[in-house]
Amino acid sequence: MSGNAAIGEAAIRAGCQCYFGYPITPQNELTEYMALHLSRRPGCTFIQAESEISAINMVYGASVAGVRAMTSSSSPGISLKQEGISYLAACELPAVIVNMSRGGPGLGSISAAQSDYYQSTRGGGHGDYRTIVLAPSSVQELADFTHRAFELSDKYLVPVIILGDGMIGQMMEPVEFKHEAPAVLPIRSRSLRGAKDRPSRIIKTFTSNPAELEEINWSLYRRYQLIEKEETTAETYMTDDARLIVVAFGIAARIAKGAIKSARDNGMKVGLFRPITLWPFPSKKLLELVKVTHHFLDFEMNMGQMIDDVHLSLGDKATISFYGRPGGVIATPSEVLRVITRLYHQKGLDTKK
Amino acid sequence: MKTVYTRPKSLKKRVFHYCPGCGHSIAHRLICEVIDEMGIQDKTVGVPPPGCAVFAYHYFDVDMAESAHGRGAAVATGLKRANPEAIVFTYQGDGDLAAIGTAETIHAANRGEKITAIFINNAVYGMTGGQMAPTTLQQMVTTTTPYGRDAKLEGYPIRISEMIALTKGAVYIERVAVNSPAHIIKAKKAIRKAFQAQIDGLGYALVEILSPCPTNWKMTPVESWKWVDEVMAKEFPLGVIKDITGDKNAD
Amino acid sequence: MNGNVKIDSELCKGCYICIEFCPKKVIAPYNKVNAAGYVPVAPSNMGECTGCGICALVCAEVAIEVYRE
Repeated sequence: MSGNAAIGEAAIRAGCQCYFGYPITPQNELTEYMALHLSRRPGCTFIQAESEISAINMVYGASVAGVRAMTSSSSPGISLKQEGISYLAACELPAVIVNMSRGGPGLGSISAAQSDYYQSTRGGGHGDYRTIVLAPSSVQELADFTHRAFELSDKYLVPVIILGDGMIGQMMEPVEFKHEAPAVLPIRSRSLRGAKDRPSRIIKTFTSNPAELEEINWSLYRRYQLIEKEETTAETYMTDDARLIVVAFGIAARIAKGAIKSARDNGMKVGLFRPITLWPFPSKKLLELVKVTHHFLDFEMNMGQMIDDVHLSLGDKATISFYGRPGGVIATPSEVLRVITRLYHQKGLDTKK
Repeated sequence: MKTVYTRPKSLKKRVFHYCPGCGHSIAHRLICEVIDEMGIQDKTVGVPPPGCAVFAYHYFDVDMAESAHGRGAAVATGLKRANPEAIVFTYQGDGDLAAIGTAETIHAANRGEKITAIFINNAVYGMTGGQMAPTTLQQMVTTTTPYGRDAKLEGYPIRISEMIALTKGAVYIERVAVNSPAHIIKAKKAIRKAFQAQIDGLGYALVEILSPCPTNWKMTPVESWKWVDEVMAKEFPLGVIKDITGDKNAD
Repeated sequence: MNGNVKIDSELCKGCYICIEFCPKKVIAPYNKVNAAGYVPVAPSNMGECTGCGICALVCAEVAIEVYRE
């Protein structure tokens, strides 16, 4: 299946009851998949909203009503959703937001890029908040992470962003779905469906008392600490004896793996560290690798965004180089291999014992 | 001894933070009376706006979910589609519904979302201190039209209800006022009809309520109530703008 | 005449709309200030009250209850 379609199928199997979206390249296949497969499922809703802003607010409404709801878009549309995401985070409402990112800034390009890392991990909207960010790098991971996104979102009552890109969205790969669609998911307990046999309930974020808001902020951050402890995920690939470790996420990690395989064939000891949760960023796991080597190459398809987190994680314990391709230009494995090779020799890694 | 009037059950006993003579207070009370009479308190979910009525949840004893500015119609759409048994109403001001929320409003109406919209039109942005609203009248002085609203620079007061009426999904739209006993009685009937349209599953229903804002109009309450008749209602005529509930019921 | 009104002077905000619309003029400003600093209204000359309910209808603060024999 294509990546976009795999997300749709996985969402339906995860019990997503409401999908609200708006057309934007390169994720339209996902919106269309939901139109075809979700809209006629009993009890389910598909709406092509009038804008991305409207869509995220419909997600908010559905989440208030206690059901699993999802929206998707690409970079410029995700910019529009930031206010809504801030509200979801503030009200502790689960929601899944899929970003199949493309080149930016501005209207940009329709080709895959990774320049929404800051937007996703720094809480792109206003206020102090975080969203869990999952970065898949294959169609199978798109399917698996979609299911995980709904689970995490409900478990911690935080919005979850799936940060894909135009390439894995459009790629066709075999995929195995590990879950059947649940018949009916229970309604979440803290929801608004009419105050029958209980006092009326309010879901809000505004307060005229800053001290009240301060306590809400502290409470959110205590939860974020728990998420950091329990859910941080990363993959290491050939790092045990690596003299140079590439740090990359999503599609860039896929490209890097190809380059690393060739590098190994050429006798270079290179490995890959792949963050899977971009927030919470796997700083501790990355820091452990300085026992193996002090040389890291941050490779991203942007002007350098994740590299900030790499610096924050490693401090002065490592030499961090950067290679980036912005704008939706897809780097090739051979190009990345050239960069690795040059760096390997420049740093004298070929002559080390 | 018969009780002629007493506080509705679904209106919490709490001093309104609204100004003396403000239309919000009357509107809140009428909506609660309708909710009580229709027996829907335990099914109702309300969506208040940012604005003076941001604290509407202090008064309506029903489930309420805050919405971002202008997005009430979208939030209500999500609420109603996810839980069609609920009676969902939005309570929105003139900026919320007719400026920042124009797209959401028109498209919710166009889709015939089975929600009830209560639209409080007081021709200014009240909570933020009296700036121009889309419904500000010509020559009206506000803090952002200090020389009076000039159509050449600032456009005209917008009749959003008439525009919404053009969508096929809107089934019932009426403009009322709450500035006299007769008008208040009519307003309540309209509100009831708008909730009934949702209960009957007919489509989008809207009641626009011309509401006095003595503070930002710089008038006494009594003067402001008169101004609604003498000036506002001339620009925004009272009455039924659209009503196809009869045909829809027949369908 | 057989009507009676009860006015909660702490809810009243002294807008005087009820006075404006009362057909029998049986409501008048009170002779003191309430806790919020408003001069509330109070029943006056209740003998003339018909219990028509117009005052409660126009009272924004839901401060008035109306009774009739």
